[in-house]
Amino acid sequence: MKEQLQQLQQEALEKIAQASDLKTLNDVRVAYLGKKGPITEVLRGMGKLSPEERPMIGALANEVREAIQSALEEKQAKLEQEEIEKKLASEAIDVTLPGRPVRLGNHHPLTRVIEEIEDLFIGMGYTIAEGPEVEKDYYNFEALNLPKGHPARDMQDSFYITEEILLRTHTSPVQARTMEKHKGRGPVKIICPGKVYRRDNDDATHSHQFTQIEGLVVDENIRMSDLKGTLQAFAKKIFGEDREIRFRPSFFPFTEPSVEVDVSCFNCGGHGCNVCKGTGWIEILGAGMVHPNVLEMAGFDSKKYTGFAFGMGPERIAMLKYGIDDIRHFYQNDLRFLQQFNRA
Amino acid sequence: MLVSYKWLQEYVDLTGITAKELAEKITKSGIEVENVEILNKGVKGVVIGHVLEREQHPNADKLSKCLVDIGEGEPVQIICGAPNVAKGQKVAVAKVGAVLPGNFKIKKAKLRGEESNGMICSLQELGIESKFVAKEYADGIFVFPSDVPVGADALALLNLDDEVLELGLTPNRADCLSMIGVAYEVAAILGREVKLPSVELEETNESVHDYISVKVEATEDNPLYAARIVKNVKIGPSPLWMQTRLMAAGIRPHNNVVDITNYILLEYGQPLHAFDYDRLGSKEILVRRAKAGEKIVTLDDVERTLTENHLVITNGTEPVALAGVMGGANSEVQNDTTTVLIESAYFTSATIRKASKDHGLRSEASTRFEKGIDPARTKEALDRAAALMAEYAGGEIVSGVAEVNTLKQEEIVVTITIDRINSVLGTAITKEEVANILTNLQFAFTEDNGTFTITVPSRRRDISIPEDIIEEVARLYGYDNLPTTLPVAESQPGKLTPYQAKRRKVRRYLEDAGLFQAITYSLTSEEKATQFALETAEPIRLAMPMSEERSVLRQSLIPHLLEVVSYNRARQIENVAVYETGAVYLAKGNDELPEEKERLAGAITGVWHAHLWQGEKKAVDFYVVKGILDGLFHMLGLENRIEYKQAKREHMHPGRTAEVLLDGRVIGFVGQLHPSFQKENDLKETYVFELALTDLLNAEVEEIRYSTIPRFPSMTRDIALVVDKDVIAGDIQKTIIEAGGELLKEVSIFDVYEGDRLPEGKKSIAFSLRYFDPERTLTDEEVTAVHEKVIQAVEQQFGATLRG
Ligand SMILES: [Zn+2]
Repeated sequence: MKEQLQQLQQEALEKIAQASDLKTLNDVRVAYLGKKGPITEVLRGMGKLSPEERPMIGALANEVREAIQSALEEKQAKLEQEEIEKKLASEAIDVTLPGRPVRLGNHHPLTRVIEEIEDLFIGMGYTIAEGPEVEKDYYNFEALNLPKGHPARDMQDSFYITEEILLRTHTSPVQARTMEKHKGRGPVKIICPGKVYRRDNDDATHSHQFTQIEGLVVDENIRMSDLKGTLQAFAKKIFGEDREIRFRPSFFPFTEPSVEVDVSCFNCGGHGCNVCKGTGWIEILGAGMVHPNVLEMAGFDSKKYTGFAFGMGPERIAMLKYGIDDIRHFYQNDLRFLQQFNRA
Repeated sequence: MLVSYKWLQEYVDLTGITAKELAEKITKSGIEVENVEILNKGVKGVVIGHVLEREQHPNADKLSKCLVDIGEGEPVQIICGAPNVAKGQKVAVAKVGAVLPGNFKIKKAKLRGEESNGMICSLQELGIESKFVAKEYADGIFVFPSDVPVGADALALLNLDDEVLELGLTPNRADCLSMIGVAYEVAAILGREVKLPSVELEETNESVHDYISVKVEATEDNPLYAARIVKNVKIGPSPLWMQTRLMAAGIRPHNNVVDITNYILLEYGQPLHAFDYDRLGSKEILVRRAKAGEKIVTLDDVERTLTENHLVITNGTEPVALAGVMGGANSEVQNDTTTVLIESAYFTSATIRKASKDHGLRSEASTRFEKGIDPARTKEALDRAAALMAEYAGGEIVSGVAEVNTLKQEEIVVTITIDRINSVLGTAITKEEVANILTNLQFAFTEDNGTFTITVPSRRRDISIPEDIIEEVARLYGYDNLPTTLPVAESQPGKLTPYQAKRRKVRRYLEDAGLFQAITYSLTSEEKATQFALETAEPIRLAMPMSEERSVLRQSLIPHLLEVVSYNRARQIENVAVYETGAVYLAKGNDELPEEKERLAGAITGVWHAHLWQGEKKAVDFYVVKGILDGLFHMLGLENRIEYKQAKREHMHPGRTAEVLLDGRVIGFVGQLHPSFQKENDLKETYVFELALTDLLNAEVEEIRYSTIPRFPSMTRDIALVVDKDVIAGDIQKTIIEAGGELLKEVSIFDVYEGDRLPEGKKSIAFSLRYFDPERTLTDEEVTAVHEKVIQAVEQQFGATLRG
């Protein structure tokens, strides 16, 4: 009987090993472990055995049953796994085919530059002031120490609508208006971005419409060294950590002292190259200490308050930063141009 | 201003400083040196030659065969093509082996069979611009004075071994429109002395008053007029050194008298005018405003009609010069002139600016008057000119000056403390350093306990307030020495206004929805100004436009966005989707600023979505654009306050255009361009929208409040309604929502059908209705009751039947 059981086990294990699909395997299960199966048969015949032999054969029968059971399970898992793999293999796709495109537009490069500058100054405690593009002569010129007949008015030939109304030639009138609103009380800390207009023929370097960003800080104890520090921070953020700035004396009617501000060339690091015309420096800003006449006209006591102001052209900055060669690109809106400014 | 380095050395010692180094120092302290021009453009081996013989070239009409002594052994034969070459002349000879500008090497040559050992040069051939060459030598070689030594370096004699600094002057630094002014600036930078020219006059016994009387009627315009008479002058060329200095400064030499007036203009910054005394026609100078319609023929032979705004110099009756701008032809110095009246005057800038602008005449003289001259030098310049005319034109100076002087010279005194200087600059400059800077500037000052009292010299008209002194100190102290600090005041956090923040989100949304941001011009043509405008006003026209294309301010952004579409289509880019945010300008009163309203507009054409290998391709249609706008309104929290209404608008497709309403008020429109407009403008099917961005962003929206996430299941019922074709979905949906009441939470359309399976004139629209109650699970009966009401309502209102 013992031999019979061992024989059965061996037979069953062989059949399990040979089973190549789940159905055959199930047939094996039914054949050996089913109620009418040979093991059950054997156990039925136990009555003929001596009481000493019975527990021994019973244990053996259980052992055989368990061995077959576990071999069945193992084989079942293996066959199931194979089946899944076969199915998945039949579902394979070509991952190199193109994905369903997500259509994306992007900022105009000028907006890109302007927002970057805005965010830098917002981080330094500035707010953004905006004002009308069609302006009164008073705010565009007179309030900025440019009375009628002032020779410097030639410097920026303007589009007049009437004698007293024109398209603003810079965003400085926003400064004048903002200071006026403060009614002589500081601090004023603003950035003024916007469109401006000058009588220029459109060519590679001139545009009758362009953008400007100006900044203004008025408070007690504002020093010219603060202007230098502020613009230094600006240059490093926009053109790179290694940048330095330098002031060159200049003249603007609304500031005194006035300076032009150069940034060390980001292209050559200051050794001289095409971008900086061999000087190692690139002119990027006009700036200065707010002229006392401008402060007084806006209602500030120029003995108590001082201030600094600066102005720059996003077109010029974008041209330098991205290597753009023609200012007209900004206003032609060729998609092949616009699409290039898509990176986060 | 062009400044000769060699000439400048007459006034300031420049030992140890090259022109280039000087340029850098000047630039750093405030005046930009735009260029340093080396006059010798690589020229080598050009000497003075003496033309010993000249004869006609045997084989060429236009050539001369010359025998020239060049100071080296035997005279050489040179073939010369200049028409004015003649025996006895001293000329510039480029020897064999010499180099001319452009690396042009002179070699021994044979010209039409005759040997030529060098070249006789014109000034142009030596690198001088034609417009600066005296007229008599303009078409030929330059003839040197007879006393120049043979074999001498011609370049040195022509001052071509000089370098010229080109100063880019800002309007405040008119003081540097003169060599002496530049000398003061350079002396201040270098800490050296200024040497002024000495003026020694030898006068005759006669009195100027026997020759001329001066009267000024318009003393406002002309506070100082001074005149001298120089008689017995002999008109001829001015000395070579003077001619070369004029040329280096960009002025063409004429004759000794005119050259001297120009030389003084450059040296002192004081414009002078020389009249031929005998041609004046009277013994009187009267300065007055012109009469309206009065005429004068100026030196350039142009007859000019004057107005009462123009100042003229007259002989008592007739104008003889347009004051400060140009002399009259009638009193011009000519070759036979013997007596000269030299005018040195101070005309105010406004007067001259007006005249120079009205007549389109800009001269060295008018520029200086416009920017403002130093009246303290007016008479000194006159004396110096007379002295030079005596010396170089053989004249005799009649004794005395005829003048009218009503000038009120007010001294400008500025007071400033060392503390103020340092607190404005953020520096720690000492009193001694400031004193040193003021001394170098040659400003008279006193200092008492840190307070400086400074008397500003009249040449520095740009300085009048303490801040001007701060600037002088700062620039000469050096901005490189300025510390780097940040404002110390307590800093408030900066941030965008809610409007600005929302505007940024709107832009970002549209870009993420597939549109590119465009920026276009605000100025447009009269025709396009009001096209597509949401609201129109009187066009705002520029007083003096540069072109019709850019003459009027826009009232809609769409026309220029369509130009962007066309521009791209012309470059084979068929699929375009762009948007812009920007102002439109709506006129108010005549002397009032227009209202500027911010708009958001877009233009989309071509394929919207293509994923071809999976069989997807979708052209832009109305619903693509509407979907983009719906998303926008949703983002702004306005989705339930927006309505679309079929509308007819100019240039828009009458069946495919909707007005957009916010809280019942039109704030924009969206739709397809009218096919005929598309055709006229060579556009394919194009959709546009324009919205009043200001209204959208300023609409008050409730803050976000969390509401409980539903815990109970909802129930969905679908209905397909058959209605007449002209019934619109929006109306049915409205009715459904009203009838559905509280429990109906969502209505969506999932099918629209028109076709064979329905009777003629009918369509079916299928709606999906979702019901739920946040507080409990709804029963079938409850939902059915509401749903029946909904069906009843649409049946009644639209004659709808349920589609089986
Ligand atoms: Zn560089």
